[in-house]
Amino acid sequence: MDKNKNILLQYVLQLADNAMILGQRLGELCGHGPILEQDIAITNISLDLIGEARVLYSYAAEIEGNGKTEDDYPYKRDILDWKNILLVEQPNGHFGHTIVRQFMFDCYHYYHLTEMRNSSDIRLAEIAKKTIKEATYHLKYSSEWMIRLGDGTEESHAKMQEALSDLIRFFDEAFIPSKIEKEESLKGIAVDCERIRNRAWEKFRSVCEEATLKIPEVEYPQEGGKNGLHSEQLGFILADLQFLQRAYPNSNW
Amino acid sequence: MTEITSLEERFQAKIDADQRIEPRDWMPEKYRKTLIRQISQHAHSEIVGMLPEGNWITRAPSLRRKLGLIAKVQDEAGHGLYLYSAAETLGVERDELIDQLHIGKAKYSSIFNYPTLTWADIGAIGWLVDGAAIMNQVPLCRCSYGPYARAMVRVCKEESFHQRQGYEIMLTLCEGSPAQKAMAQDALNRWWWPALMMFGPNDAESTHSAQSMAWKIKRFSNDELRQRFVDMTKPQADYLGITIPDPDLKWDEEKQKHDFGEIDWDEFWKVVKGHGPCNKERLAARVKAHEEGQWVRDAAVAYANKKVNKISNNSQVA
Repeated sequence: MDKNKNILLQYVLQLADNAMILGQRLGELCGHGPILEQDIAITNISLDLIGEARVLYSYAAEIEGNGKTEDDYPYKRDILDWKNILLVEQPNGHFGHTIVRQFMFDCYHYYHLTEMRNSSDIRLAEIAKKTIKEATYHLKYSSEWMIRLGDGTEESHAKMQEALSDLIRFFDEAFIPSKIEKEESLKGIAVDCERIRNRAWEKFRSVCEEATLKIPEVEYPQEGGKNGLHSEQLGFILADLQFLQRAYPNSNW
Repeated sequence: MTEITSLEERFQAKIDADQRIEPRDWMPEKYRKTLIRQISQHAHSEIVGMLPEGNWITRAPSLRRKLGLIAKVQDEAGHGLYLYSAAETLGVERDELIDQLHIGKAKYSSIFNYPTLTWADIGAIGWLVDGAAIMNQVPLCRCSYGPYARAMVRVCKEESFHQRQGYEIMLTLCEGSPAQKAMAQDALNRWWWPALMMFGPNDAESTHSAQSMAWKIKRFSNDELRQRFVDMTKPQADYLGITIPDPDLKWDEEKQKHDFGEIDWDEFWKVVKGHGPCNKERLAARVKAHEEGQWVRDAAVAYANKKVNKISNNSQVA
């Protein structure tokens, strides 16, 4: 494959992998939510994200143009080929962890899509225009729950503070460009993730403040996922996700 | 026109005339209790029913199947919501109904106490379990109690979509590799009898049936519905090329229906009484989700109260 095409492919996969892994994580919660209405809401977000991943994987297959399908990427790649940020593979934990993880991702995702609407790659721009409607709702949903739980009871406040402390080290990776994102050929196509950092952090801070939560200091942000270096969590996610395709290769489902 | 004096006679006359009973209408206490029991059991079944299928969400074999399954399980949560709301129109709170489920006082459909072991189980549940549920539920769209009947109209539309989706999973497996076809046959073997049990005891043994028929909560007997289900499903199994695990199943030309073997009623009662393969796990999963969600629900209430107080304080100042 032509070098620039391959760089575009890697970039599209990086975006798809984020949506896929977070959607998969949220799917684990279906039937186990804290109340029926929130079970349905979390499941909706899962559907949106896996739907987004599906569109991006289809685009990846088109770029490769060698007969691969949308399923080849999520079902047949091993851990080192995945390029999602570490945040999305973190476990659901208690509902506070789920909400904090979601809110952090939404802060990134929303502003990322806002910019991606202007991508010179028409397909990516179209995908962003469609997906931002969903991401807007996700950000509203997770912001509201940040505030409700942060400023709810003493117990809920403590749980949210705990979740923030556990996850804050994973927030910045989204805004640190990967090797691929720095490629010259992606200029105008890829979103400059450093440029959206300030806006995302501003939203993050203002919601945390309203939620009466203190943002912990991060001395050493965790990163690596975007370059294929993951936490131990991802292996187990893939073991579940890929089980049938691995156990019964070359089957139609 | 005959003069109708008592409330109860007037109530029955309304039902006999195929009119709907609405929440503010007078109704006998037993009618109300029967409906609360039936609607809440139905709601609980939807919610517990999310678990065996939810079990396969992370392992669904393609993105299309994963989205289909998540949406299906989510629909069940939605059905649970409408049904709890329909029950609430009878003067009972959702929390109270859920507590009854958690302490083991309220029942739910026994079918969900069987495990989902392979992907084919997701197909078999859609095909057989949703198929049997539709048989039971379509007549409920004409149930005498308005809110229940209206909820069922929507539920049935979605259930019939689920059934087609399940059958399509089975068809794909049966057209696939020998291992996939074996998986489909195995799932039919395990789900067939429990699906027949979903129609409840034989008519002679069914305790609530006669009164429910008179009140038009129920329109057809358990055995009638079970027969229809067998007659509908047999040709579908033939089309798939898999065999229903009943050596006595055969077409009776004279009666124009299928004869079929006797259900293992000992197994039926064993599972109803809480000793099926997954009764303990299902209930434990529901209780765990509820208990672990307590702080979330408490916080939501506390936050809402703070908001209300803020607004009323502000308006006092103004």
